[in-house]
Amino acid sequence: MDDLKQTILEYVIDEYVEEDDDIEVGYDTELISGGLVDSFSMVSLKRFLENKYDIQIPDADASPEAFDTVNSIAALVVRFRGK
Amino acid sequence: MTARPTYEQLKKDFDWPRAAAELGLEPGAPLNIGWFCSDRICDLGKQDKDALRWEDFRGESRTYTFDDVRVLSNTFATFLQDQGVTAGDRVCMFLDRVPELYIGFLGVLKMGAIVQPLFSAFGDDSLWTRLDDASTRAIVTQKKHLGKVRRARENLPGLEFVFVVDEANLREGEIRLDLAGLPRVEEYTCHPTTAETPSVLHYTSGTTGQPKGAQHVHNSLVSQYITAKWVLDLKEDDVYWCNADPGWVTGTSYGIIGPWSNGVTQAILDAGFNAEKWYAFIERQGITVWYSAPTAIRLLMKEGLDLVRRFDLSCLRHLASVGEPLNAEAVLWGREAFGLDFHDTYWQTETGCMVITNFPGMEVRPGSMGKPFPGITAAVLDTRTFEPLTQPGQVGLIAIREGWPSQIRGYWNNLEGYRKKIVNGWYICGDRASIDRDGYYWFCGRDDDVINTGGHLVGPFEIESALLEHPAVAESAAVAKPDPVNMEVVKAFVTLKAGFEPSKDLELEIMNVIRKKLSGLAMPQEIEFIAALPKTRSGKIVRRILRAQEFGEPIGDVSSLMND
Repeated sequence: MDDLKQTILEYVIDEYVEEDDDIEVGYDTELISGGLVDSFSMVSLKRFLENKYDIQIPDADASPEAFDTVNSIAALVVRFRGK
Repeated sequence: MTARPTYEQLKKDFDWPRAAAELGLEPGAPLNIGWFCSDRICDLGKQDKDALRWEDFRGESRTYTFDDVRVLSNTFATFLQDQGVTAGDRVCMFLDRVPELYIGFLGVLKMGAIVQPLFSAFGDDSLWTRLDDASTRAIVTQKKHLGKVRRARENLPGLEFVFVVDEANLREGEIRLDLAGLPRVEEYTCHPTTAETPSVLHYTSGTTGQPKGAQHVHNSLVSQYITAKWVLDLKEDDVYWCNADPGWVTGTSYGIIGPWSNGVTQAILDAGFNAEKWYAFIERQGITVWYSAPTAIRLLMKEGLDLVRRFDLSCLRHLASVGEPLNAEAVLWGREAFGLDFHDTYWQTETGCMVITNFPGMEVRPGSMGKPFPGITAAVLDTRTFEPLTQPGQVGLIAIREGWPSQIRGYWNNLEGYRKKIVNGWYICGDRASIDRDGYYWFCGRDDDVINTGGHLVGPFEIESALLEHPAVAESAAVAKPDPVNMEVVKAFVTLKAGFEPSKDLELEIMNVIRKKLSGLAMPQEIEFIAALPKTRSGKIVRRILRAQEFGEPIGDVSSLMND
């Protein structure tokens, strides 16, 4: 689980955090409600997870709440990896 | 405030001079939106009333009275002037929804400069294109967005001033604008702007070319004041919440000018979407009037009624919506969730104010845009003759008779482009609709290739240009694809250069490139790799065929296609 979280965290930092921005992103940082990732950009994050972990996350489950933190995203991946 | 007349009463006797008279405006007299939204409200005895109650996602909050807004916008204006910014300069506001954005907006207007608000989620190319087109001289931003501004500035020699509102490690040529720390300027004489002085420059997308700067003037105040008062039904004791970001026209017309020219308290939440936090905000702030958007409403619908019922939202009194057509299901859900109707409103960046509305007190017909605002002459026109259609149910082009106060005066550097939208004295909106026998308008769709995603218009040209910059992309077409939440999303069709193969990873890579260059909303949510794009014999890509396929519509005449 820790590896999974770390992979997601690194991707979020690489893709969504500005180089000059010294914002600290952790497992509990609010990505959507905190304005770091908007609901449109969430789609590319979802696509990354689907490609990386060979899963399909139904749109109904890809809610802003489910994508709001690295912790909640990791839980989502675990849920669908088991299916 | 006087009681709101009924729609039927107003249809009989309303004209725009009546709205101007309510504001005490006289023809030819100075008119400055910044003054009307702050000084005038204080002169009316509301100096101690809350103007802005601001919160962010971390739970920080600040409150500003109308006198604070008056003095701090004076301070903002004075600071810019002292630095060398002058009347007529374009001053970009590239900020999240922080108080400096709302107050600074008025400050820029007070000193006679033109305020150019830009959506802070814009990527590098979207930012640069708009600053370059407007020959922007100054930009006000924050640490979070400084990287994008620095990269844009490398190729913008005319961008002379970079002002930063929060603490950051500034480089040479960047100036800290610590609004709270500056000496407060109690008295300030506004630049002598008049009704026709340029005020706000909002960029909007069309089918062809790069985004166009819609040039508003100070006279827009007349329309924005009266429509906010009557359509949003703003009253003395209301606490108003507009979801829109001031990077878009709703966020300035009805997120700043409308409520504050009426002396109404507004609450701002500087946070992304989160249903639970939104309901908690409404409850905590005691929001009475809420101006939202169909995409947000549909996201709330997904979270269900049980969540709504965990909060006491009885404070809500009036609901309205804008951005794209509000589907009937969303209206019906609103009734169930809040016991109130969402009142759909229709307008555009170019109209500056609501033009077709579900007026309070009027029967709401779920799925309808409503009826023309009193003072607005609207019609649906025949697509060939541009004459108004007279039979109920006929589908034509939505058009507004020229001459309402907030009509833009043209596109920046492109007056001709705007004049093309005026035919026989009608401004052609670019949308299709029908009118029923009772005068209600019913939206049918766009009449061009512009994509309406989550209430924002995205031009295909800008996306296609960005796609072509990717080394793998040979040709591209961006079209709308139907979406249950955002009404439409961007889908791109791409042909690849030799040596590149379609793959999921390449799709994701291209998506991310567009997101960073333009924005999340311009990012294709799907990329389809195809062997060839449909083209005319002259080589022009025919987007309508791709769009029709996405919507399951007939593709129409294909006789002129090269590869039919």
